[in-house]
Amino acid sequence: MLVMPEIPFLICFPFLTALLLFFTKNDKLKALISYLGAILVICAAGILWFDWLKGGYEPIFLYQNTEIVDHIIFVAEIVIMVLITFLCFKYKKRIICLLSIIPTIIIAFAEQININPTEKLEHIYIDRLAMLMCTIISLVGSLIIIYAVGYMSGYHMHHKEVKDRSNYFLALLFVFMGSMFGFVLSSSLIWLYFFWECTSVCSFLLIGYTRSEEAVTNSFRALWMNLLGGTALAIGIFYFAFFERTLSFRSFIALGALGDVYAILPVALMAFAALTKSAQLPFSTWLLGAMVAPTPSSALLHSATMVKAGIYVLLRLSPAMSGNITGMMISLVGGFTFFVASFMAVAQSDAKRVLAMSTVSNLGLMVACAGVGRPETVWAGAFLMIFHAVSKSLLFLDVGATENSIHSRDIEDMHGILFFLPLLAMFMFIGIAGMFLAPFGMLISKWAALRAAVDEKNIILLMFIVFGSATTSLYWSKWMGKIISHPHAPAEFKDITRPNEFVSLVLHAVMMIALCVLFPFVSKVFVDPMLVEMFGMSGQVLSQGVLYILVVIICFVFTIPLLSIFYSHKIQTNRKLSYMGGINEGDNCFFTDSMGEPKRLWLSNYYFANKIGIRKIMMPCQFVSAGILLGMFCIILGAIL
Amino acid sequence: MYNIKRSPWVLHYDGSSCNGCDIEVLACLTPVYDAERFGIVNTGDPMQADILLITGGINSQNAAVVKQLYEQMPRPKVVAAIGVCACTGGVFKDCYNILGGVDKVIPVDVYVPGCAARPQAIIDGIVKACDIFQQRLAEHEQMIKKNKTAKEG
Amino acid sequence: MKTKIISVIAYIILAPIIGGLLDGIDRKISARMQRRVGPPLLQPFYDLGKLFNKQVIVVRSSQSFLLLCYLIFMIITGAMLYAGVDLLMCMFVLSTAAMFLYFAACVTSSPYSTIGASRELIQIMAYEPAVLLTCVGFYLVSGSFEVSDIAFGKFSDIIYLPGVFLAYIFILTIKMRKSPFDISTSHHPNQEIVKGITSEMGARNLAFFTLTEWYENVFLLSVLALFITNRSPVSFLAAVIVILVVYFLEILIDNCSARIKYFDMVKLAWAVTVVLAGSNIWILMLVKQNIVN
Repeated sequence: MLVMPEIPFLICFPFLTALLLFFTKNDKLKALISYLGAILVICAAGILWFDWLKGGYEPIFLYQNTEIVDHIIFVAEIVIMVLITFLCFKYKKRIICLLSIIPTIIIAFAEQININPTEKLEHIYIDRLAMLMCTIISLVGSLIIIYAVGYMSGYHMHHKEVKDRSNYFLALLFVFMGSMFGFVLSSSLIWLYFFWECTSVCSFLLIGYTRSEEAVTNSFRALWMNLLGGTALAIGIFYFAFFERTLSFRSFIALGALGDVYAILPVALMAFAALTKSAQLPFSTWLLGAMVAPTPSSALLHSATMVKAGIYVLLRLSPAMSGNITGMMISLVGGFTFFVASFMAVAQSDAKRVLAMSTVSNLGLMVACAGVGRPETVWAGAFLMIFHAVSKSLLFLDVGATENSIHSRDIEDMHGILFFLPLLAMFMFIGIAGMFLAPFGMLISKWAALRAAVDEKNIILLMFIVFGSATTSLYWSKWMGKIISHPHAPAEFKDITRPNEFVSLVLHAVMMIALCVLFPFVSKVFVDPMLVEMFGMSGQVLSQGVLYILVVIICFVFTIPLLSIFYSHKIQTNRKLSYMGGINEGDNCFFTDSMGEPKRLWLSNYYFANKIGIRKIMMPCQFVSAGILLGMFCIILGAIL
Repeated sequence: MYNIKRSPWVLHYDGSSCNGCDIEVLACLTPVYDAERFGIVNTGDPMQADILLITGGINSQNAAVVKQLYEQMPRPKVVAAIGVCACTGGVFKDCYNILGGVDKVIPVDVYVPGCAARPQAIIDGIVKACDIFQQRLAEHEQMIKKNKTAKEG
Repeated sequence: MKTKIISVIAYIILAPIIGGLLDGIDRKISARMQRRVGPPLLQPFYDLGKLFNKQVIVVRSSQSFLLLCYLIFMIITGAMLYAGVDLLMCMFVLSTAAMFLYFAACVTSSPYSTIGASRELIQIMAYEPAVLLTCVGFYLVSGSFEVSDIAFGKFSDIIYLPGVFLAYIFILTIKMRKSPFDISTSHHPNQEIVKGITSEMGARNLAFFTLTEWYENVFLLSVLALFITNRSPVSFLAAVIVILVVYFLEILIDNCSARIKYFDMVKLAWAVTVVLAGSNIWILMLVKQNIVN
């Protein structure tokens, strides 16, 4: 039997590192442990890849007898429950602790159910989707940790009011990563639930890091929403285990795909749980509230972990949602979120909030893709996930570094940062281009999603994608324009990005560009076989030829501007003042006002905050999507009872 | 040399005029007088203009503005002063704030007198300016050539 | 393969000529509608020649390279269409080209061109859905996004796509910057945004811009032709006639309407897109299970 020691290492090592970090007060030692930990995690993931390659990409089942570990996990679950209950009482949010106590009890009962003895439950299962998630988590997660080491010391220099607990912060990041590994690798529903709760608690603690009043409120909002999902998950697991006598995630999906009568409700509940985790409407507010935490935690929540856990579950479930009411409703909620959240993003001027809304929006598209549950849409969804993880992480880290340098994260204040923070601006530009510009990854995936929606004859999803992508390009291009505009005033900012932050950014950018160029390769070698594994058929929407053409266009996109720069440098040009009705005060920064005094020119973008701001449309949209979900459960319960 | 006479784009600037000439300038761009048959287009943007039409005299406030607009126009460029105020200052000549005609601040090529200048006269003036425009192109190209040889030498 | 190369080369060479002529016709017809003589037919070429002969001026030196990129990407878009590749891909490259125009306008940080650029983005948002739905409509009818399959179907696509056709004509008005949707730039002076997005473009830069517009117009009208063409050569003649009629219609709309507010434009364009194109496509999805033209 295979052992593969790197798997327990991947899951446990981050926890141990976290423990070590928790008791380390020395700054240098802290940094050293973090770097080592991050590098070791990447190495372990590499070894896992190597072992798996040696096995010829075959799915691997591991660890059938895990009695001791089961007990440990049970105890850990109780500990988590006690911790949540304690914190709930401490901050006087007593009701929320019920959402932790009840599911823990349910799961405890689920564990007592007599499992069908003929079935051997494998606790760890490795296939392409799991490997994909592992790669994203280890690479992006480790890079974020490397960035965080430098960022946190800068953060505490600027924010004296926050108590320096950066060792605790870094430890939490490691715990988060470890639970994500556990989550994507485990194939036992009990383990799945445990790691699910781990990520919920981690995000709760990370959001509440500053312990300010706002942070506490937001962290509890995140907690109750995620615990609500966890409760749904627990009920689903119990229901499924009670009737089917198995705790295997794989048979869960297989029975769901067959349309087994006892699997319908659990699938719907699990999909619901995934919606809360990936911050879909009506649960989007927790992700917006998560902005109060230091940037690395936002980057982690938005790119590699947390929200991707929800997407992972939905992608896994997609065969079980193909063509049934759950899938239809989930894709409806996803499409609706994609559309509406992109509107809300247009109305934001705070860079982190734009990123947050765009995360919600893009996740909506992935959810919609998974909900449709066809190989074509899952292909699109998987690529959306890959590109989104890298470019969103890049953007968050970059905005964090920019904020440290210009002391603001308002997009209006980023006017012309290309001219005073050229490197950060360039990374930001690459990140944004990756998010929406042709022919970079996100757009290609969107294109595939569009095509899959047409093939599925899903008119509602089609309309959401079409209109949503129009508004998406509006908010991104607005931002890009701000970056490259000439500054209002001579720059007085200095780039204070630390070397480790910088390394992380460079690696992100390299990954981004490499992904774009290697797109056809990744599709052919990895994602397409993954679909064969999940659905038994290939789902590549775009032919390989089209993908190669796209790569050629990508090369054009990089070379043409370069050539044009050379050309335009050669011709002699005459600089003129910009046109302001002939009243420039000698340069392009000032004009003469009606009193004859010089006045600084100030340019700003459109935001339409009073028309499509969060305050204006969040509530109605939450009602609509809650209505859709309620309808889904009513129909399903009606069908079962 | 390229015949650029066929495409004179004008920029119309109203100095301190009584608006009489402005009405006539706009009249000659409207369908009745149809200046577009000569390719004349009113641009409203100095970066795109070839001929600067100025009505009214120069006062202390707009002197800088006129200079700047003239500077923003790419070479070859021509200036036409429309109406007697733009030519000499006209009836406002002795006002406390009037510096005089347009030629006090920028070189003027065509003077179109009249109070107000008639549309026919204005079109005539623009057509005359077109010839100067062509001439300027020759000078402009010569200058470029000279610069080039100077650089190479 | 050979015909493809020939048609691409023909596009690259002929498109500016046709675009310029169409522009000339536009100005001439507009003049006649206003009961005046109007400029000569070749006036747009005279203008272009003059612009190339003037002193090269910029407000920011990056402007010219961005505009050059705009031109090149627009040429690539059209070339891809005539090479018969994926229509959606053409549209995506088109949107990249539009992005370069936006960059060229807002890099100057001048008030008028920035406001024009912002409005250009709103315009893009207004017409993008209809453009994508047009591609989807073609795909539903001919079963492929490849232009060569769409162009040489058994029947003209317009039979199945009347609503999409009308929606496309509607957004063509926005794309061609005609009144009432000339909100990002204006052909007429003395307006509140001066020249909008082109305010800071003079001489050679404006020439690049004009040339690109010509390429773009030919590209857009070629997409219009895809609605009409089928296997028979007669249909290509019909396509030319339809293009001319639509172009005349655009000139008419241009001459008899005043500019509207940008928010009204978005509402109007989206409403038209949903009602005409959306319902057309929905019906097509429901009624015809497997149309492969």
